[in-house]
Amino acid sequence: MMALMEKISLYLSYPFVRYALIVGVLVALCSSLLGVTLVLKRFSFIGDGLSHTAFGAMAVAAVLNLTNEILFVLPATVLCAILLLRMGQNTKIKGDAAVAMLSVSSLALGYLLMNLFSKSANISGDVCSTLFGSTSILTLSLPEVWLCVILSVLVVAIFVLFYNKLFAVTFDENFAKATGTNTDAYNLLIAVVVAVIIVLAMNLVGSLLVSALIIFPALSAMRVFKSFRGVTICSAVVSVTAAFFGMMISIVAGTPVGATIVAVDLVVFGLFTVAGKGIGVKG
Amino acid sequence: MIQFVCQNLTIGYEGKPLLEHLSFSVNKGDYLCIVGENGAGKTTFLKTLLGLLPPLKGNIQWTQSSQQQKIGYLPQQTEVQRDFPASVWEIVLSGCQRSHWWQPFYSAQDKEKAEQAIKQMNIVPLKHRCYRELSGGQQQRVLLARALCSASDLLILDEPVSGLDPKATGEMYEMIRQLNQQGITIVMISHDMGAVIEDATMVLHLGKNIFFGSKEEYLKTDIARYFALRQEEKER
Repeated sequence: MMALMEKISLYLSYPFVRYALIVGVLVALCSSLLGVTLVLKRFSFIGDGLSHTAFGAMAVAAVLNLTNEILFVLPATVLCAILLLRMGQNTKIKGDAAVAMLSVSSLALGYLLMNLFSKSANISGDVCSTLFGSTSILTLSLPEVWLCVILSVLVVAIFVLFYNKLFAVTFDENFAKATGTNTDAYNLLIAVVVAVIIVLAMNLVGSLLVSALIIFPALSAMRVFKSFRGVTICSAVVSVTAAFFGMMISIVAGTPVGATIVAVDLVVFGLFTVAGKGIGVKG
Repeated sequence: MIQFVCQNLTIGYEGKPLLEHLSFSVNKGDYLCIVGENGAGKTTFLKTLLGLLPPLKGNIQWTQSSQQQKIGYLPQQTEVQRDFPASVWEIVLSGCQRSHWWQPFYSAQDKEKAEQAIKQMNIVPLKHRCYRELSGGQQQRVLLARALCSASDLLILDEPVSGLDPKATGEMYEMIRQLNQQGITIVMISHDMGAVIEDATMVLHLGKNIFFGSKEEYLKTDIARYFALRQEEKER
């Protein structure tokens, strides 16, 4: 036990480990907040689709040899979010099919681009770390940490400010629209914020596991809590705790960060499901 | 006093007209029942009235500007709502929406209004219960309380008793009748002729033959007799 504590405090003395923990906790907090809305609005697939388009954008950024990838990936993903939302409203190509189309194409094209043009010696390693996020969280620079902090504060502020509107739009879009809420604007806001979160979270868990970070805490919280506020708060707490312990375990045991966090989320989901059955929550 | 006027209204989806040349007016305090076969355009009319669909031709004129015009709406329940984790209080309060983004939080006045609506609907003991654990009739009362929060003088109801058992149906109609007696205008879609004969003052029948007029006139027409017959057949 003492040895373990010493090991942890040794790791914590490195700044890059502290950066990783700060960014990890913030990303987990942001991603859990909108998860509830996404799950309830049946938008989970949009999160999944966006994470794949973000991978495509990342590949393009790598090929173009951009120094600060996020400055390209963020606008590109936001654009795709807007596109997906518009396509979802289009009756010719149904929402889920549109998402599937966009996500597999960007995944394929991204991989193709990386293979054709990358100067890196270890392409499969690059692809693997973009998909599963293996170590990039441990290589963050101070400006990247600050960018992440600013974006996280922005996401939380938007969420708190529009909490009541988001509830109304999530629970009953037609009612909200009929009583004078601009629901299209709020749907757009949701899509844009989700895009920002996904780009942020890619560093932590990689693009394949991003949607797990978004939906797992919300699903866990919904097993146990009965009010929207309760579910939201619980989902944030679960997400932050799982991310923190997941990162600690991965540092100590040397396992991949993203996969460990998602595994912890999965265990929490299992526990909450059992607990929910125990106290008799329907759902 | 007139609440709203439909002038030569043509409604439908994506440019395809479903009903043409609707012209009538509804007065304050009216109890308008909209009846007709499935697919006759009842829900389309309601959506146009609520501003969710644009009219293809003609217009709907409100006597007050639409900003002041507070509409209460009781939609049909959606799949999403059936397993939605929210308390009764949260849902009723969400009826007090402000249309401007710079008013993000509920005021004390809003909360008072929500308390009133909960009392009026007799759901005070359910206030902190979870919506998805309530019975169908209780859920409809919660949604009606929410509609009351946003409406001061007009309620628009889309099949408020669908899926309810006879007892809950009776209670729901009683609630609506009481609200109407307080002076609130009611516009209700119903597939249930019984309700028309009981409470409504005005009837709008949509279909091949369109009828608008008082209940007494409606019951004398062939449209009503034929429709009642068809309904009975269906029930058998």
